[in-house]
Amino acid sequence: MFVSSGSVRHAAWMMLLIGTMQALSTHAAVEYVAIPPGKLASVLASDADTGPAVIPAFAMRAMPVTNGEYLAFVKSHREWQRGKAPSSFADGTYLHSWRSSLALNVGMSADQPVTNVSWFAAEAFCENEGARLPTWLEWEHVAAADEKVFDARSNPAWRARILSWYSQTSSAPLAPVGGEANAYGVRNMHGLVWEWVDDFNALLVSVDSRNQGDPDKLQFCGAGAISLKDRDNYAVLMRIALLSSLSATSTTNNLGFRCVRPMTAEKK
Amino acid sequence: MKRTIKTFGQVVTAVLVLVLGSLIAMESAVAASTKVPGDFGPPRGKPIQAVLTSPPNVPPATNRNYPAKVIVELEVIEKEMPISEGVSYMFWTFGGTVPGSFIRVRQGDTVEFHLKNHPSSKMPHNIDLHGVTGPGGGAASSFTAPGHRSQFTFKALNEGIYVYHCATAPVGMHVANGMYGLILVEPPGGLPKVDHEFYVMQGDFYTTGKYREKGLQPFDMEKAIDERPTYVLFNGAEGSLTGDKALLAKTNQNVRMFVGNGGPNLVSSFHVIGEIFDKVSYEGGSNVQRNVQTTLIPAGGAAMVEFHTEVPGSYVLVDHSIFRAFNKGALAILKVDGPENKAIYSGKELDSVYLGDRAEPNLNAVTAATKAAASGTLTQQEQIDAGKVLFTGTCSVCHQANGEGLASVFPPLAKSDYIAKDVKRIIGTVLHGLTGKLTVNGKEYNSVMPPMNQLNDDEVANILSYVLNSWGNPGGRITADEVKKVRAQPVTAQKAEH
Repeated sequence: MFVSSGSVRHAAWMMLLIGTMQALSTHAAVEYVAIPPGKLASVLASDADTGPAVIPAFAMRAMPVTNGEYLAFVKSHREWQRGKAPSSFADGTYLHSWRSSLALNVGMSADQPVTNVSWFAAEAFCENEGARLPTWLEWEHVAAADEKVFDARSNPAWRARILSWYSQTSSAPLAPVGGEANAYGVRNMHGLVWEWVDDFNALLVSVDSRNQGDPDKLQFCGAGAISLKDRDNYAVLMRIALLSSLSATSTTNNLGFRCVRPMTAEKK
Repeated sequence: MKRTIKTFGQVVTAVLVLVLGSLIAMESAVAASTKVPGDFGPPRGKPIQAVLTSPPNVPPATNRNYPAKVIVELEVIEKEMPISEGVSYMFWTFGGTVPGSFIRVRQGDTVEFHLKNHPSSKMPHNIDLHGVTGPGGGAASSFTAPGHRSQFTFKALNEGIYVYHCATAPVGMHVANGMYGLILVEPPGGLPKVDHEFYVMQGDFYTTGKYREKGLQPFDMEKAIDERPTYVLFNGAEGSLTGDKALLAKTNQNVRMFVGNGGPNLVSSFHVIGEIFDKVSYEGGSNVQRNVQTTLIPAGGAAMVEFHTEVPGSYVLVDHSIFRAFNKGALAILKVDGPENKAIYSGKELDSVYLGDRAEPNLNAVTAATKAAASGTLTQQEQIDAGKVLFTGTCSVCHQANGEGLASVFPPLAKSDYIAKDVKRIIGTVLHGLTGKLTVNGKEYNSVMPPMNQLNDDEVANILSYVLNSWGNPGGRITADEVKKVRAQPVTAQKAEH
């Protein structure tokens, strides 16, 4: 996984460079929220018995990228329009729910989160606004919060809310982005869409989750081997399982993304 | 000389190597097709689309005598379905049912497996088939994101009945949500013909709500880890195989059941109440055990059971860890229709009171009274002693052992003004019964006492003598002659009075 997507990824960066030049100052309205530096006892770390991860400060989009925002992006970046994006960057269901390459379908709204976008496409979008996809640890760090506290993971209500979303299928139309902000001021971390992370393909060593016995795996692949030592972690691990099932070209009906960027004007 | 020998030796060695080498080469060319047991060579004929069936149905026999390429297309669907009356659950399914679609192939078949994860799925899924020889049973090769499909191919080397299941993290949760089913790998000659084949699979389920608590019930990880199931079910729902959905067969038929256990936790003690398994391929293996009452089916295991139906009726399939059957739902029905066979099973031939050991000495009192009556020496005390025993067997069910009756249902015999007013009329009451409104000791009753004319004259006389001499009643005795006279009178329907 590493090797194959790495080389393709390289090519994508070349494409992005061009896009980034064109666009830089057109997205002033997008809200990014400052995330102060912190430590995170990641579910990966706890399962690998390593210490808490240090998370440097960064800024995160307050909400997932919407259909409207993505539509504006493809309007100015023809190479990412449906039908033009090469299949090595996005699979056959890329933006398939849209009416055309430049129009949403009837019943879709601009403020719904965009879905059916590949990892390459998501990276391209973020690069275009001077940002990137969050790492898993950054995402998990922010997602640990509820409305009141930064780390709500020991609260059964926090977990129950995540699980209740898992037990709904994705056949109903997605709600618009928004909703209540968590302690950082970020919205929709849970309960709306799955989200791409930068290192999605480095999370599981084996696609067969039961191969956990070999201790060498931890040495070579860091956070790789996932088990269920802490029964409270499974809700988050299921997100990792989903991410691990993807390749960088994959698109699904309930997979969107948001971007992060270095701390700048958001500093509080 | 030395040199010559050496050279000769080299020649011999070279020849040997050549011969052996070619032998080995021939061997390995053949080995690819015949040396692996169960490998009958490359697939022949046109590829065949596998027939998949929903439980409790089983696909038809392959009826093939050659190895073929069989294409299996299995779709993963996450859907809300009833788990019990008024209770629903978000099941994750192979083919839209729990257990998943039944797959049937023949030993030696090359199976091209397509796993499709429906676009509406929230989760990634994969499949581990226990009938696959290869790492993960196909799990790693079939890990599939929502809205995607994957494909892998395996050769079905071993015959038998095998469980398949999802193996995506957390594995236990995917299994607990219903992601399991059976794949049958027929022996090359097929299975013996039977009249019915059924597909039954047990699973344990964990909901946050209690057993039968209404509404959509979420999965409970705590209970699952602690192995405290809320439901233990056949075919994914309480009532999935009862009532209108019961399995059907006729008498004098051969029935084969493919019985799996998906788990995730419990081992099943599979039993059919009222049947004996003539044959069990236990653990799904090639050994056959005969004359089995209850067979153990491990989680992630299966068995093939066969029996012959003789007697009509409802046969109840249970997990004989029996609280699971009656308190958690592990219950299904096989309804067998056809003519009775009284030679094998009679039905109920007798229904009468049984007093147990305690009655033994007292029954002696009845015998003594009967003898005394025959010889004309019957005393009042003998009558009372015999009457007490008979009263216990016949009357105390309603009037209670202490004669108090039951408030507003059965009138009291103790200190009864009804008895005191006319001690002789109670002979008629016993023989003919009493229906309608009646006031005893100031309280009104309105019920039915059936005629007790199955008692003979001696018995009625003894019972009533006992009643007259108990619980503050006026005393005295009733003789068999008196009873005989009342019995001989034409029946005037005794209406309650007062």
